[in-house]
Amino acid sequence: MVEPSNGTKKNVSPSLVSNTGGIVSPNPFWLASAPPANSGGQVQRAFDAGWGGAVWKTLGQPIQNVSSRFGGMHAKGVRGVGFNNIELITDRPLETNFREIYDTKKKYPKHAVIVSLMVETREEWKDIIKRSIDTGADGLELNFGCPHGMCERGMGSAVGQEPKVNQEITSWAVEYSSIPVLVKLTPNVSDIRPHGMAAKRGGAHGVSLINTIKSIIGVDIDSFAIEPRVQNLGTNGGYCGQAVRPIALHMCASLAREEGFGLPISGIGGVCNWRDAVEFILLGSSSVQVCTEVMLRGYRIVEDMNEGLTQYMRDHGFATIDEMVGKAVPNYSEWGDLDLNYETIAKIDPDKCIGCNLCMTACHDGAHQCIHPASTKPGWDGKSRVPVVDESECVGCNLCQIVCPVSGCITMEEVPNGFAPATWNQHVETGAQLRPKKGAH
Amino acid sequence: MTESHTPRDPATPRAPLSADRAESIFTDYKPALTRDQAITEANRCLFCTDAPCVQACPTHIDIPQFIRKIATGNDEGSARTIFSSNILGMTCARVCPVEVLCVGDCVYNDKGEPPIQIGKLQRYATDLAFEKGTQFFEAGPDTGKSVGLVGAGPASLAAAHRLRRLGHRVTIYEKRRVVGGLNTTGVAPHKLRADASLEEVDWVLAIGGIDVRTGVSIGTDLSFEELEKRHDAVFVGAGLGADTLLDAPGSQLANIEGAVAWIERMKLEKLDVSGFQHCVVVGGGNTALDVVREARTLGIPKVTLLYRGHEAGMSGYEHEWESAKVQGVGAAWRLQPIGFEADVGAGKSVAGVKCVRLDETKKAIPGTEHVVPCDLVLLAIGQSTLGSLLASLPGVALEKGRVVTDEQGRTGRRGLFAGGDCRNGGKEVVNAVAEGDTAALAIDAYLKGNSHG
Ligand SMILES: Cc1cc2nc3c(=O)[nH]c(=O)nc-3n(C[C@H](O)[C@H](O)[C@H](O)COP(=O)(O)OP(=O)(O)OC[C@H]3O[C@@H](n4cnc5c(N)ncnc54)[C@H](O)[C@@H]3O)c2cc1C
Ligand SMILES: Cc1cc2nc3c(=O)[nH]c(=O)nc-3n(C[C@H](O)[C@H](O)[C@H](O)COP(=O)(O)O)c2cc1C
Ligand code: SF4
Ligand code: SF4
Ligand code: SF4
Repeated sequence: MVEPSNGTKKNVSPSLVSNTGGIVSPNPFWLASAPPANSGGQVQRAFDAGWGGAVWKTLGQPIQNVSSRFGGMHAKGVRGVGFNNIELITDRPLETNFREIYDTKKKYPKHAVIVSLMVETREEWKDIIKRSIDTGADGLELNFGCPHGMCERGMGSAVGQEPKVNQEITSWAVEYSSIPVLVKLTPNVSDIRPHGMAAKRGGAHGVSLINTIKSIIGVDIDSFAIEPRVQNLGTNGGYCGQAVRPIALHMCASLAREEGFGLPISGIGGVCNWRDAVEFILLGSSSVQVCTEVMLRGYRIVEDMNEGLTQYMRDHGFATIDEMVGKAVPNYSEWGDLDLNYETIAKIDPDKCIGCNLCMTACHDGAHQCIHPASTKPGWDGKSRVPVVDESECVGCNLCQIVCPVSGCITMEEVPNGFAPATWNQHVETGAQLRPKKGAH
Repeated sequence: MTESHTPRDPATPRAPLSADRAESIFTDYKPALTRDQAITEANRCLFCTDAPCVQACPTHIDIPQFIRKIATGNDEGSARTIFSSNILGMTCARVCPVEVLCVGDCVYNDKGEPPIQIGKLQRYATDLAFEKGTQFFEAGPDTGKSVGLVGAGPASLAAAHRLRRLGHRVTIYEKRRVVGGLNTTGVAPHKLRADASLEEVDWVLAIGGIDVRTGVSIGTDLSFEELEKRHDAVFVGAGLGADTLLDAPGSQLANIEGAVAWIERMKLEKLDVSGFQHCVVVGGGNTALDVVREARTLGIPKVTLLYRGHEAGMSGYEHEWESAKVQGVGAAWRLQPIGFEADVGAGKSVAGVKCVRLDETKKAIPGTEHVVPCDLVLLAIGQSTLGSLLASLPGVALEKGRVVTDEQGRTGRRGLFAGGDCRNGGKEVVNAVAEGDTAALAIDAYLKGNSHG
């Protein structure tokens, strides 16, 4: 779309309104059930900052937490690219939580407030669901995901890992609830699909994923303590933050394209900014939830998320979130359906190259030994450090492009080779002809 | 408005810039960041809460927020954050003394690591918006009220833009035939050239409905009373007056000139300095530090800063003096000019500055009189104030020539507001923008009847 340049016309803004299984919010950005959504004061400040919804910190029988509780994974000078925690569900009295949810909903009728729940018996579920609905909340989220502390008590991921139990508890909740029910899935399973299907069979209106991943965030190599440390001991905790995003994206997409699934998804896991959110939406999420980045940088990150998403939608001609949801899902295919005759090679832009030779080392030690020193180029001027790609040997693996520190310096370019497209499945089924292998000698 | 409608308002059109301006040989001394550089730097920013960099910025730009937006690729949002606090954010990114403002207060200084290059990141975001010609703001619904602004410098431009966003009608009266104030006529071209300043003015004016009447000097071509009659409120952003000159024997000789006047010629006209061998710049403030570098860049072989204090006592910024030294500028400390020597030939041009040495208490040391030979003298010892412009207006108080106002820019006279150099005695562009913006909000409150004005 063209920007008006006279400054007096308003741009037609795309609508950010999102709908996840009947839970409507002014934008798709929700606080995940976690410390940032622990209390009314916090959630209301978050709404003021621009968040569209919040999943309240999981309610159940209030617990007692340990100190300390969180661990950070710091990578190459950047703090907190990964994060883990060993805290449990809410430690505040239920009445206090319910009163604050009620107040919040009263003050922010257009925002989505979802109550996250985790209890044991059918009676307990019935009771807590009724009390949740009485607050005026917009939906429920069943926490079948917490991978520490609660699962040992037969809740959290203990439920999420057992499709039968998942289905049964979901069906109770749906039976008792007059508002939409989302099931929050645990990633601590080998395949997410049976668990999503179990929630569907139980009657859920949507799923949220992922909860945290079972992990040990680190070991203090001097004291031998497991982090985060509670006196001299530590335990496995739940891993989250930007480092988990690829795992979460995969699980989201796996369900989004699963035949017969079709439930709305609230995507969670490593969302830090609007780009991350766009990826989740394109892979099938109707809303996205954020925990770690808010814990590390605060509610104010949402200003950029709303603005960046709006700009993105305008640039791509999307008028609504619904138009975006799942746009990339059809492009997620099986390996056996990828075209084996499609060929790319690496090209180095000599004007951008800074001569670090990282690509050469990566290719030599980690790929196919086809990037060579500048000096091997015929007519080398004695100075240039731009390495040379042996295109006849390059297998198009991307490694050099990934390691290159200059953006846009190495590009992967398609080369026509005269072979008709042929996938492995076609090759096996019909004997479709494959191009000769490169670099395999 | 038409000429017949305003008989005593002989507005003449804006003058185009001449192509062979002396300043056109200047290049940016702080080059722009590439995209990679900007993203790397943006990702270093800690996104501080209650950030000291924001507090140090007179316009309180939400620096962590605009930087984060660069990091996520939300370039347009980044520029929006900047411009919503500072409509001259493009200029400020280039001309602000960030070393003593935002960058100087970045928390990384306390960590012993290089501070975030806030000015360069601001330039990155605002340049992109300029390239695209993006407009972020639109005029508010017409309030039917009109405001007259004196001067088309940063203070008035910021005020005018804010007033338009609030729906008021705006007329700027500018005595020169170029707009932009010192951004166009004074700021060192290695930071910002006149063409870039004018481009920015056009961008600001693109909000529409700002009538700019160039060639109209308030007080001369149009009286203040008439101005007040025409408008519901008046903002004075007239800046400072002409260079202060030295009243000393020989001061009438040729090639003795005020620095700000000389800079204006350098920025707007062709200027031949090829005949000069040695330029002496008198002063120790930032104008002096700009002009020594400008004289060097234009090719004058020897340039000497002549200051009555010692090196550490200069009011000019240390970082600017360091750059001047790198350019080969020399200095003579603790010297007071007491007269000028004429050349031996025609006796019409200056050939030297007669000086006396000062002691610690700035008292002349008898017997130290001597002549520093030179063929060009530029006086950067201050600018006069324009207070006299308002002196006859009842209710307006002046202090050392500065217009006295409250925090919001209200003078003691109903409906009269002031901001920028004429109010603060001469600070930076960013102060002028902040004061213009603040005054616009006070004017809005006044026009809506919420304040006494
Ligand atoms: C040589 C020099 C270099 C500078 N460099 C920097 C720098 O690098 N960075 C920085 O931040 N700041 C710098 N400054 C300071 C900065 O330029 C000023 O603080 C800023 O321009 C003040 O804005 P203003 O709008 O108050 O006044 P001005 O910019 O002075 O604008 C006032 C305008 O009012 C007009 N005017 C005056 N009287 C009348 C009248 N009677 N009727 C109609 N119009 C009138 C003038 O022609 C002028 O256009 C520099 C100043 C000088 C002198
Ligand atoms: C400290 C902490 C506490 C959490 N508590 C809960 C909880 O009570 N209920 C829940 O469903 N998920 C809980 N989570 C998981 C988050 O809601 C979220 O699913 C996960 O952190 C992944 O998102 P992220 O990468 O944005 O952090 C918690 C996570 C953290 C870090
Ligand atoms: S973040 Fe706050 S509560 Fe947590 S350890 Fe630090 S000071 Fe204590
Ligand atoms: S990694 Fe990139 S910059 Fe470094 S040598 Fe290779 S192509 Fe050049
Ligand atoms: S003080 Fe420095 S690190 Fe902190 S927000 Fe400002 S620029 Fe970023």
